[in-house]
Amino acid sequence: MKVGLVVNPVAGVGGRVGLKGSDSPEVQQQAFALGAVARAGERAATALRELLARRPDAAILTAAGAMGEESARAAGLTPMVVYVPGEPTSAADTVAAARTLAPHVDLLLFAGGDGTARDILEAVGDSLPVLGIPTGVKMHSAVFAVNPRAAGEVAASSSSSSRLRDAEVVDRVDGTTQLFGHLRVPDIPTRVQQRKTGSSGITPDAVSGIAAELADLLTPGELLVLGPGTTTRAIAAAWGVDIPVLGVSVLADQTLVAADVSGDELLKLVTATPARIAVTPIGGQGFLLGRGNQQLTPEVLRRVGLDRLHVVATEAKIAALGGRPLLVDTGDDRLDAAFPRYLRVISGHRRTILYPLHSERH
Amino acid sequence: MSAPSPHTHVEPAEARIAPKPRLRRFHQARWDEPLIFELTSPGERGVGVPVPDLPVPDLPPGLRRAEAPALPEMSQPHVLRHYLRLSQENLGVDLNVDIGQGTCTMKYSPKINDAFVRDPRISELHPLQDESTVQGVLEILYRLEGLLKEISGMDRVSLQPGAGSSAIYANVTMIRAYHAARGEGDQRDEVITTQFSHPTNAAAPKTAGYKVITLMPDADGYPDIEALKAAVGPRTAALLITNPEDTGIFNPRIEEFVRIVHEAGGLCCYDQANANGILGITRARDAGFDLCHFNLHKTFSTPHACGGPAAGASAVTEALAPFLPRPTVEFDGSRYHLDDDRPESVGKIRPFYGVVSNLVRAYAWIMALGAEGLRDVAETAVLNNNYLIHKVLQIKGVSLPYAQGRRRIEQARYSWEQLNADTGIHSEQIGYRVSDFGTHYWTSHHPYLVPEPMTLEPTESYSQADLDEYAAILAEVAREAYEDPETVRTAPHNGPIHQMKGESLDDPGTWAVTWRAYQRKLA
Repeated sequence: MKVGLVVNPVAGVGGRVGLKGSDSPEVQQQAFALGAVARAGERAATALRELLARRPDAAILTAAGAMGEESARAAGLTPMVVYVPGEPTSAADTVAAARTLAPHVDLLLFAGGDGTARDILEAVGDSLPVLGIPTGVKMHSAVFAVNPRAAGEVAASSSSSSRLRDAEVVDRVDGTTQLFGHLRVPDIPTRVQQRKTGSSGITPDAVSGIAAELADLLTPGELLVLGPGTTTRAIAAAWGVDIPVLGVSVLADQTLVAADVSGDELLKLVTATPARIAVTPIGGQGFLLGRGNQQLTPEVLRRVGLDRLHVVATEAKIAALGGRPLLVDTGDDRLDAAFPRYLRVISGHRRTILYPLHSERH
Repeated sequence: MSAPSPHTHVEPAEARIAPKPRLRRFHQARWDEPLIFELTSPGERGVGVPVPDLPVPDLPPGLRRAEAPALPEMSQPHVLRHYLRLSQENLGVDLNVDIGQGTCTMKYSPKINDAFVRDPRISELHPLQDESTVQGVLEILYRLEGLLKEISGMDRVSLQPGAGSSAIYANVTMIRAYHAARGEGDQRDEVITTQFSHPTNAAAPKTAGYKVITLMPDADGYPDIEALKAAVGPRTAALLITNPEDTGIFNPRIEEFVRIVHEAGGLCCYDQANANGILGITRARDAGFDLCHFNLHKTFSTPHACGGPAAGASAVTEALAPFLPRPTVEFDGSRYHLDDDRPESVGKIRPFYGVVSNLVRAYAWIMALGAEGLRDVAETAVLNNNYLIHKVLQIKGVSLPYAQGRRRIEQARYSWEQLNADTGIHSEQIGYRVSDFGTHYWTSHHPYLVPEPMTLEPTESYSQADLDEYAAILAEVAREAYEDPETVRTAPHNGPIHQMKGESLDDPGTWAVTWRAYQRKLA
């Protein structure tokens, strides 16, 4: 198997000295001035060692120097170097290295944080399986293995027949968290959400149950506004409707009415016709509103009514929140305060989980 | 006295009391045994039936098969050999220390109770015999009901359920009948349960048509009482809850949970499938519950369902008694009889009497112990668990999440999260490696709210030496995870087969649990 590796050498330097990220050259300089030590290369080497222990036949293709070559050598490998970055390295080098590697590898590993994940998304989109080695400060995206060793393990056990899942790439920009898109990540059951020994109950069933529950709630002609996310997209797919993962879509009677609608368009639609809204929390993070779905404006939410806003998530997704509450930040404090302390999250047909919601006003 | 073997040596007295556990050099048989359908040999028979001397009338056409059944053709020794070989590839309940099957309440099923069941006075009974000829077995059922009434504090018991889930389903149908009789059947369409209750408490009401609301644990691992307050209302039919939950944590606010649900007009149903830690200590009725159920194959020692039929028991207060499954066993002071004339009953849930073989075993087990013996069972199970917790928490990489400083009752859900972060080894892989030492461990605790979970339940059946051996196996596997992770990662090494591809278990499209399904999926 051929594995590509892109290391963002400065990922994570900000965190160790108390900065909230490492995205700009100024922050990086400041971090190094404060005594930060770059650890990304070392963590990438840990992942490669794990990979090599399991798949001695794996060939590593990477970029020169600190962008991967050094990590490979530290892991005892002689990599094939296919890209030489500038000095100092920049986000443009991450994008260019990933683009160069993509056509030649079965899986692309990258070491970085949310900012690096965005660069990888820009470079390769959903063209090949990708997995993040967590080395950044901000890692809200769902594309990372739980630790570097786990990244090596997943890489070793992935193959051309591995199932893939769409994983959210999110990043905090100007104080708000935004959804940028999805990368295709190997879905290795023993490494991601654990499977039930000797039984089923995995996502496709759960999602079709959620779709059935929504179908029960809806009356003929009633609009269903679906927020962004892989859960909502899978719900639409259960009805044979293809919707974009990023935008807000509107369905009626299980057919598409409008995709990628703006807040204003949405307000017109829900004013003209009775509607319900279904949103899913951002995986691992819990934001329901105000992150990546700002088209669901306070006006739209008020028009539809909070009692007709439905939260959908599989049991596994709720478990992955690790007890953290759901979050809303609609931009309207009074609306945020109107949310109940507990929400009924639809997790299947006739199944809900009562889950706490936190807003600044509670 | 025979001469000491070369392997024995004298140890100091204290060491004889608790000898250092020795790890077994275990290896399971491997037979590479085909499926029984693949062993068919045309014309081979188990019994050679002689041709009758007299003419035999043909069966009526409606009873005749159009074609012969597609069964394997085999002799008796071939069948016997096949199943013996398969049994040698199993880690059966009588073969290993089953502590790692946490939540299953594995305990010894005394063999003498099997002898009672094999006695012709039980085994030769026919379910269609006249009541006057089965007074003895009816008396056993009646007396078992009386014992379970005392153990639960409830007013009536049905022994009809075929297993624990069957008992929960029976309880849900009684809840539905109760609300319907009060004219609130349509209004009360929601059932509340908790994430760490047994999953049947969600599945049974959903199957019965209810909407199910699940409460998540709070930061201490207790079901979130604020969430319960937010969940109850005029639509609440019932709360179905296990206590202690699968974490082994007893909910000290259980009476408050009951009060909140009762105030909303709902019923409270206690899952006492596993009552092993509370026998003779606390009762469902005393906590205010309206219904409860027992798995006789957990607490009361009868074999688990995978080794034969299980049995359950539903227990209710007088207010719910009219709805019990029929028939009930009644006694008029001189004769026992089955009462099928129960107009408000939820109906029949099984043919005939229930799983009599297991009801007899449970009765014998309870009678052998007596009231004080039952309490000893609970106290020993709790002591065993807390002893094992003390041993296991000395192992590097393991922790016991939630409710710090609070005692667990009869089981404990541990986490290997730290070991996983340090070594990359998962709980499931530890389970595979544990099987190399001849014992069992499972990880079916989904969804994984506790990361890398392990649930151990050392019931009263296990000796201190058994507990020490199990803890020593875990310690050895944890040591290997840190020092030689490859050995753990590639386990099992001593089993009949190597690792299975887990993904096929997740995909119903690739399952084949019957020969016919296998043939269909091959095609």
